[in-house]
Amino acid sequence: MRLTQGTFSFLPDLTDEQIAKQAQYAIDKGWAVNIEFTDDPHPRNTYWEMWGLPMFDIKDAAAAMTELNACRKVYGDRCYIRLSAFDSSHGCESVKLSFLVNRPKDEPGFMLERQERGGRAIAYTTHAYATDKPEGSRYHD
Amino acid sequence: MDDKAKPVTGRERYRPGVMEYRRMGYWQPDYEPKDTDIIALFRVTPQDGVDPVEAAAAVGGESSTATWTVVWTDRLTACEKYRAKCYRVDPVPGSPGSYFAHIAYDLDLFEPGSVVNLTASIIGNVFGFKPLKALRLEDMRLPVAYVKTFDGPATGIVVERERLDKFGRPLLGATVKPKLGLSGRNYGRVVYEALKGGLDFTKDDENINSQPFMHWRDRFLYCMEAVNKAQAATGEVKGTYLNVSAATMEDMYERAAFAKELGSVIVMIDLVVGWTAMQSMAKWCRRNDMILHLHRAGHSTYTRQKAHGVSFRVIAKWARLAGVDHVHAGTVVGKLEGDPATIKGFYDVCREDFVPKRLENGIFFDQDWTSLKKMMPVASGGIHAGQMHQLLDLLGEDVVLQFGGGTIGHPMGIAAGATANRVALEAMILARNEGRNIVSEGPQILAEAAKWCTPLQQALETWKDVTFNYASTDTPDFVPTPLAAE
Repeated sequence: MRLTQGTFSFLPDLTDEQIAKQAQYAIDKGWAVNIEFTDDPHPRNTYWEMWGLPMFDIKDAAAAMTELNACRKVYGDRCYIRLSAFDSSHGCESVKLSFLVNRPKDEPGFMLERQERGGRAIAYTTHAYATDKPEGSRYHD
Repeated sequence: MDDKAKPVTGRERYRPGVMEYRRMGYWQPDYEPKDTDIIALFRVTPQDGVDPVEAAAAVGGESSTATWTVVWTDRLTACEKYRAKCYRVDPVPGSPGSYFAHIAYDLDLFEPGSVVNLTASIIGNVFGFKPLKALRLEDMRLPVAYVKTFDGPATGIVVERERLDKFGRPLLGATVKPKLGLSGRNYGRVVYEALKGGLDFTKDDENINSQPFMHWRDRFLYCMEAVNKAQAATGEVKGTYLNVSAATMEDMYERAAFAKELGSVIVMIDLVVGWTAMQSMAKWCRRNDMILHLHRAGHSTYTRQKAHGVSFRVIAKWARLAGVDHVHAGTVVGKLEGDPATIKGFYDVCREDFVPKRLENGIFFDQDWTSLKKMMPVASGGIHAGQMHQLLDLLGEDVVLQFGGGTIGHPMGIAAGATANRVALEAMILARNEGRNIVSEGPQILAEAAKWCTPLQQALETWKDVTFNYASTDTPDFVPTPLAAE
């Protein structure tokens, strides 16, 4: 399957040049760029691991790309990595842009577990196949 | 226009009989509205021979303390405080016979936190008043002291995005079609295909409740199967607006509780359920972590004609107080009424924390929402992928774009229609953020994406010539000028 979280998941995976342009757009808006990674792509997994602190003070997307490439070197083969942009202005104080910049080599997807209850109602559980393995060894043979 | 009449006071004022409204104290040209006053701006069209100031004073009187004759029991009250005060009457530009009347109401006239009380006062009796040919409530200034008595939207734009984990682009939806007749099982098929194909939301239409062809519980069960299946297929949070509108509040609570039990992130109601029901559901949604979608069913009966009724910008303000999270607010380019400048005013009312006076958008007053949560406007009705650049340019990022026919009518099926819309949207956002001019380059940006996305190419081909170019009826009365208006 292809995980379609993030702003640009229906486009072909972005090139580094395209990623840098989006990062620069965010920086020019005064937003902090943040890099996060995970091997648990569950749609409700909010807290991906942070690759360092959000970059509040950078002026050039090159700095973000350096960090992204360092993160990829460690986790690129086995993790999703996303780049997000945070707007601290009043009335937002939240994420303004968030898109995938790395996918693991293989994306096994999710199983939908159905627990039958009374009255034909079903309790649904979305289960990421990747999380069948211990953290850190997912997406490995 | 006789605006020199002075209020009569003391013993003379309470002599039994009939007296002109402007002499009873409802016309006070020297009055300076207080920061805590609610101000209403009416378009007044008096009957032939009725003085516009007298007509405007009558509107103030009939929407506050007056009746048709003098009553001595006024003297048992602090009646001067409770009288609405019309303090300004201006001719409507380019519309002979019509006048804008500014009327101020003391805050004590209204129950805190009750939209129904506000509306019963301001539009209760006065719209049928015989000396008027027509009357329209154009705008209201809601003082901070009053706004703060409301909870406002249950969720708001920021928290909705965080819950859905969707940022940086408009959300995409579709209304299930045909809107009547599908069985629950077939209905859920449309939901599954559209969500799996790339939409964030699907939606019940306004008149889908619980009919012989589909019982509401059946619809909820099949829809939630579809939502969860699409969620697992994509790894994205998905939702479907389950319409809980019903005959009684008890029925609505029962349906909302079932939606929650099944794990839905959102429920919907129709405007025709009424302000009390809307506010009740907003409070229920707040207690139950649910997003509340409002379909403005019926609004055009009173918002569309310029001479008589209530402007949608006022309805939007009331909806924000009442506490809905989504409200349909127009598309500009689609099949339903929508002048661009007027629609911009509606969107500002939904999304801004401070909305400045902008006559060219129909906004007559500064409005401070003092951090009341924001409503997500919804653009729905006759829009398609080929308009993506226009929609993004006109409506911005915090909006739900709903392509019903523009998804389900795709020649290769519903999922392909959804994919076409999602690809068109993401390509346009990417290009905009890269600094490209999407207004002038929009068609080219779409054509570039269509080269690798066959569903988009088919969508563009199918709907390439579809536009709805008709004159709008609800348009602003003021055109922007390079100079400040005052």
